Amino acid sequence: MGPNNELKTIHAKALPDTNVPALELTSVSYFYGKRQALDDISFSIASGRFAVLLGLNGAGKTTLFSLISHLFATRYGRIHVFGNDVDRRSGDALRHLGIVFQARTLDLDLTIHQNLSYHASLHGIGSREANRRIHDLMLSIDMSDRLYEKARSLSGGQIRRVEIVRALLHKPSLLLLDEATVGLDIKSRATILRDIRKLVEEKGISVLWATHLIDEVNHADQVIVLNQGKLVANGTMHDVVKDAGSDTINEAFSRLTGIVSLNVGGRP
Amino acid sequence: MTDIPGNASLQNAGYQRFGVMQHLVCLKGILIREGLRYLHQRERFISSLVRPLLWLFIFAAGFRQVLGVSIIPPYQTYVLYEVYITPGLCGMILLFSGMQSSLSMVYDREMGNMRTLLVSPFPRWFLLVSKLLAGVAVSIVQVYAFLFIAWFWGVKAAPAGYFLTMPALFLAGMMLGALGMLLSSMIKQLENFAGIMNFVIFPMYFASSALYPLWRVQEASPLLYKICLLNPFTYAVELVRFAFYGKIEWTSLAVVCGFTLVFIAGAIIAYDPSRGLVIKKQEGGNN
Repeated sequence: MGPNNELKTIHAKALPDTNVPALELTSVSYFYGKRQALDDISFSIASGRFAVLLGLNGAGKTTLFSLISHLFATRYGRIHVFGNDVDRRSGDALRHLGIVFQARTLDLDLTIHQNLSYHASLHGIGSREANRRIHDLMLSIDMSDRLYEKARSLSGGQIRRVEIVRALLHKPSLLLLDEATVGLDIKSRATILRDIRKLVEEKGISVLWATHLIDEVNHADQVIVLNQGKLVANGTMHDVVKDAGSDTINEAFSRLTGIVSLNVGGRP
Repeated sequence: MTDIPGNASLQNAGYQRFGVMQHLVCLKGILIREGLRYLHQRERFISSLVRPLLWLFIFAAGFRQVLGVSIIPPYQTYVLYEVYITPGLCGMILLFSGMQSSLSMVYDREMGNMRTLLVSPFPRWFLLVSKLLAGVAVSIVQVYAFLFIAWFWGVKAAPAGYFLTMPALFLAGMMLGALGMLLSSMIKQLENFAGIMNFVIFPMYFASSALYPLWRVQEASPLLYKICLLNPFTYAVELVRFAFYGKIEWTSLAVVCGFTLVFIAGAIIAYDPSRGLVIKKQEGGNN
């Protein structure tokens, strides 16, 4: 076998298999001291799916995201991203992940270009390639004219969209968004949801979208409901509603989480 | 979002291991970001200069007649007190800068910026050492700005001394920066940083050879002398002091290198999610 063939073989072995789940959690638990935040969570998300992780505040969504992104170590259970164990092969797993955190993580004193360049360098992308990707992605969200403005000058919705662009810069296969629309107006929320849905349909990116807003479930291929650290439902929206013995997702969520009433604004 | 270029084949995109070039790109990115942050914080630059200059212009002038400095290595003749404390003031800049870097890490962690660094696919030790190098580079610039002003005040070294001091400043900066990084992993909130000032910076600075020769300390208090000998900052200052005169103080070099390795290893362990202190400090803070 010549060196070129050998290289091709190595490269082929590195290809993410679309039959392998984008994300797979097996019996994951997590404790903050004696308080249990997650209790024996198991589910998987197929490649190219838009999954919504639904749960009230304190349900364990952010803890779960911290485990998937290797900010916390998985002490109990296993997490695989496209077959890569997050704890044992964290580098390989993290290369597949694009992450939008709940808290704003753009450096407000730097320009958007500086923020995005920094992220590109953290993924080993050289400046020429990074500039090309930054320009193309910013153009795609109609914000290329804001590239050299400080992040501080952007609105909340624009910051979120730039953070999504940042998460896409290194071409991830799985996008994690933790409460990405919290604090945004209806128009900004709709725009972001539309963008993400488009990514799934046109580019085949897998998405795990954590939220406590029920109206965002309408876009999902898969709904995972967490309540007080426990997985209480997992399936298509139809399955979740049916299994809960309800007529609507609002009613099902209400039953699954034990809340008494829901308002009409989509907030439980 | 009308189009996301380049993502079409992402499901089939192979991932190869990062090479040397990618590591250098990452290091460069962290260096640039740290430099930009520093440029945006002009008051930090000014205060980092004003602090040692006040000691040089006022404290040293006042104590010139009080504190005599006899001929001790590396000096071959009597020196003015200003000359004696200049390496200590360089150490002061490195000490404050190292702690300020740890302050910025606590701030970054609170604001969430630290997460963007820690979810990079590069090895965590590499990311932390890169951040450390970036902080040291910034503090060395501060030291040379101080030495430039001190030159006009009559504190002058041989031209070669300024170049030879660079490696000593680098090593001392690495040690103090790594200590700051280790401390940052133990601090839960930004408000707790005031404790670092009282319990780390001031004791380290005053219980060292930065302001007075150790033989004088020994005369005044044998116990304090022993404390000074146990203080790694003493060795950082002596390393810089000897380097000004083109000499290597081997004991100081060994101690500084040793403590640098210990502090870096401690910081890497502390920021390791499976063993680290950072996560334990976040108990109850997440949903």
